[in-house]
Amino acid sequence: MSTKIAFSAAYIAGTVAAALSAGTLATTTAAQAQEKEKCYGVSMAGKNDCAAGPGTTCAGTSKVDYQGNAWTYVDSGTCTTMELPGDRMGSLEPLERDMPS
Amino acid sequence: MRSRPDNGAAPRPPFEAAFGRVILEPDRPEPDFVVGPRGKAASRRFDVYRNNVTHSLVTALEEIFPAVALILGERNFRMIARDFVRASPPRSRLVFEYGEGFAAHLAGFDPIRHLAYLPDVARLERAWLDAYHAADEAPLSPGAVGALSPEALASAHFTPHPAMRLIRSDYAVHTIFVAHRTGPMPERIDAGIAESVLVTRPALQVELRHVQPGEAVFLLALRDGATLQEAAECAVLGNPSFDLAGAIGLLLSSGAFSACQPATHSED
Repeated sequence: MSTKIAFSAAYIAGTVAAALSAGTLATTTAAQAQEKEKCYGVSMAGKNDCAAGPGTTCAGTSKVDYQGNAWTYVDSGTCTTMELPGDRMGSLEPLERDMPS
Repeated sequence: MRSRPDNGAAPRPPFEAAFGRVILEPDRPEPDFVVGPRGKAASRRFDVYRNNVTHSLVTALEEIFPAVALILGERNFRMIARDFVRASPPRSRLVFEYGEGFAAHLAGFDPIRHLAYLPDVARLERAWLDAYHAADEAPLSPGAVGALSPEALASAHFTPHPAMRLIRSDYAVHTIFVAHRTGPMPERIDAGIAESVLVTRPALQVELRHVQPGEAVFLLALRDGATLQEAAECAVLGNPSFDLAGAIGLLLSSGAFSACQPATHSED
C-alpha cells in the first residue's frame, strides 16, 4: 500500500468501505450529537474567556490607549521560547504531535 | 469570509463620512460641525472619542489574536495593532470579522521580521474565528458516502463545510497555537517545523487537526472541486508517503465537508 503510485477506483472504494466499517466513526458522530444536545443555546460551556471574539460579550472601551509612537522592542512575550532554524543548535527536541486518528 | 446579509455598506450621509475620515487620524482636526455646549470648541472631547474608537478596535484585535498577543507581549502587540487599525479600518460592521489583513501587516513590519512564524499564527487565529462564526451545517454523513457505488465513489465531488479552513505553514503553527491557547506551554518550541492545520466546526466546538502535507493537498483539492480519485492522485504526487486510509478517515470524520455528489456523466 505504501508503495502505490496511483489509486484505482476499486482501491479507493475498498479504503472507504474499511473506514466506514471501523467502529470509530459511529462513536464520533454520537458524541457530536450528544454535545449539541447538551450545549445548544449555551455559549461555549466552560469557556468564559471571550472565545467568540469581540463584539459578542466582552467589550470594555474605557481604558486609555498607549500613546507612544516609537517602536521599542522589548521581549515581553513568549517569542523567546521559540526557536527557528539558524539558532536551534543542539536543541532539537521531540515534538508532541497531535495526529488525527 | 463569506458575505452576510447585513454586511453591505450602506451609502453614508455626509456627517458620517466627515466624521469617519478623521476618527482614526489623531493629527487631523475634528470636523467643523463637532462643537461643545454653547458653541465652544470640542477638540479634546473629540480626542476622547477618537481614543475610545482606536482603543476598542485594538482590544478587538487582541481578542481575535490572543496567541499573537502572548507571543509579542501586550505592549508590543497593542502598538502594532494600533498602526494596523489606522491603516486598515474595519470594512464590516461585525467586529468579529475584523483583522483579515493583520497577518500581512505583521509580515510587513520590519522589527518583528525574525518572528517568521508569526503571520501564519495570525492566519490560523483568524481562521479559528471564521470557523466559530461560520454557518451551521450538518457535516457529511458516513451513510451518504456509503450509499455511493464503488465507481461513483472515485469520481464523487465533495462540498466543503462552511467552517472548513486549511492553513499550510513552513512553521510549527499548530504546536504554537495549542501551546498559547490551551496549553500546556512546552519549555521550548522548535518553530521551524512545517505544519498544516485543518480547522473545522462539525457541531459547536472549533476543532484543529495537525494534518500531514499530503492530507492537506488532498483536502484542498477536494475543496476546490477535484474528484476523490483526482484528489488522491494529486496528494501522492508530491508526497510519496501519502496515506489514503488516513486521508479518507479525515474526510469522513473531521467535518471538513458537508455533502457528496456523484459525478455528472458528461465527464466519462
